[in-house]
Amino acid sequence: MEARSDRRVHTFAVFTACCTFLLLIAGALVTSNDAGLSVPDWPLSYGSLMPPMVGGIFYEHGHRMIAAFVGFLSIILAVSLWRTEPRRWLRWLGVAALGAVIAQGILGGITVLFFLPASISAAHATLAQIFFCTVVAIALFTSAWWQRARPLAVDGQGTAIHSLGIATAAATLVQIILGAAFRHKGFGIDPHLAGAVVVTGLLFWFSATLRLRFPDVPALRNSARVLHAFIGIQLLLGAAAYWSRLYSRQFPQPIPVMVTLTVMHTVFGAVLLATVVVVTLLCYCLVRPLPSESRVAVGAREA
Amino acid sequence: MKGKSLFGMAAAVALATAMISCGGGSNTSSEAPAATPAASAGKPVDASTAGSVKGTIKLDGTAPKMKVINMAAEPVCAKVHAGDPAMTQDVVTGSGGSLANVIVYLQGDFSAYSFPPATTPVTIDQKGCQYNPHVLALMIGQPLEVTNSDMTTHNIHPVPKDNREWNESQPPGSAPIMQSFAREEVAIPVKCNVHPWMKGYIGVMASPYFQVTGKDGSFDLTNVPPGTYMLTAWQELYGTTNMMVTVGPKEDKSVDLTFKATAGAD
Repeated sequence: MEARSDRRVHTFAVFTACCTFLLLIAGALVTSNDAGLSVPDWPLSYGSLMPPMVGGIFYEHGHRMIAAFVGFLSIILAVSLWRTEPRRWLRWLGVAALGAVIAQGILGGITVLFFLPASISAAHATLAQIFFCTVVAIALFTSAWWQRARPLAVDGQGTAIHSLGIATAAATLVQIILGAAFRHKGFGIDPHLAGAVVVTGLLFWFSATLRLRFPDVPALRNSARVLHAFIGIQLLLGAAAYWSRLYSRQFPQPIPVMVTLTVMHTVFGAVLLATVVVVTLLCYCLVRPLPSESRVAVGAREA
Repeated sequence: MKGKSLFGMAAAVALATAMISCGGGSNTSSEAPAATPAASAGKPVDASTAGSVKGTIKLDGTAPKMKVINMAAEPVCAKVHAGDPAMTQDVVTGSGGSLANVIVYLQGDFSAYSFPPATTPVTIDQKGCQYNPHVLALMIGQPLEVTNSDMTTHNIHPVPKDNREWNESQPPGSAPIMQSFAREEVAIPVKCNVHPWMKGYIGVMASPYFQVTGKDGSFDLTNVPPGTYMLTAWQELYGTTNMMVTVGPKEDKSVDLTFKATAGAD
């Protein structure tokens, strides 16, 4: 019988993913409250481990504390995987996650010490979402469901579903980079709007293909529904967040409606990316692609 | 084998920790002045021929209504303003449309003159979670003294385009922060990221011919050598307006400048 992941490691990976989700919220709150430089020093805060938690310091230092906790969890996760996981590549994925969280901490420090340069801040925001996806993927890979033997559906028509999934995930990641660059004043809203059109198109293509090509695979059929719903929610949140930014300009400080909507849009972007990544991984788990020479063009069967 | 890999991982973590520990610390040193006007090798302005430029800065139109600042996030400062809420200070007017917080200055060729070094510190105080004064101006290289009268922590963070950016924390009761700016710049936004409603401006001037208007909008630039200059007024919401002025020997020039209260600025 094939060796399985330790169930406790899976539970711990899920816990780490949940904490990382909270960390994403905390990070988004820092940016929306313009609190990134409320603590001028790093890695300590006002020369101490616990500064007075007033105003913007609450958001910035709170973010640092949650980040330190997630860093600690990542060490435990990597070590646990290394010690218990039979799949070598998954052990190394745990190490990669740990490397990402360390790099993320360093990027966070550089943003503070160099007064939030747009490129570094955007990189910090993007790596946060990549790290989140990595931990979610680890949680998926260590689940009993993932390791269960099952018959595979065959994908022999049109564009390979795996390629479509990878393209959608890549476009969503690029869109997140564009959004982060806009949020950190790297450039204007136009690239992010153009990216929204591309990602929406790809997501509809991906989800429609899942629904039409694999109606008998419940996990993929339901994934299509989730992707449809999520892109709709994210588009609405994006429009609302942009409106709130324009509206809040007349106020002397970030207002709750703007903070709430922009944080929701930012964090839901991470959820969307993670969902696309998971659905793409599900395709790898549940679908066997035919080689290109055996594939049939879309519509050829009907003809 | 397994132990060796674990050792490698631990070494990587230790290296990263060491890198993290290398960072940190806020900048406390002042910038070396690039060209202090006081140090230029010119002659002093001849008081027997010097004139002046005086006048009033006005606003044409209705000033936008200032907003109440919600300081609920900082109980210490909310208490200070209890009963008399703090307002934004984007446009502060006096009677007859006079405009406060405007930096008025002369631009021209002063290279033939030397000026006494500006060594007296200009103070900006953080009081009631607001900058006092809201707008100030000083000369290149002149000391800026930052004080904190509040019983809460602030960070003071100028965001210049042409000068060096810095960001320093100032807990209650701490010593004043001393800084200076090396290049002319009108005006550098200053903010506190702890209290995001705190905004101020610092004008860094190349000559001593500048003033920040009070509520009466008046200015009086004295000891001006005869010549032709650009009289410029800068206001944080309306930008700049200017006018050429020629000052003759012993002449007291009277000039008023007016900003238009544009709807877009509201």
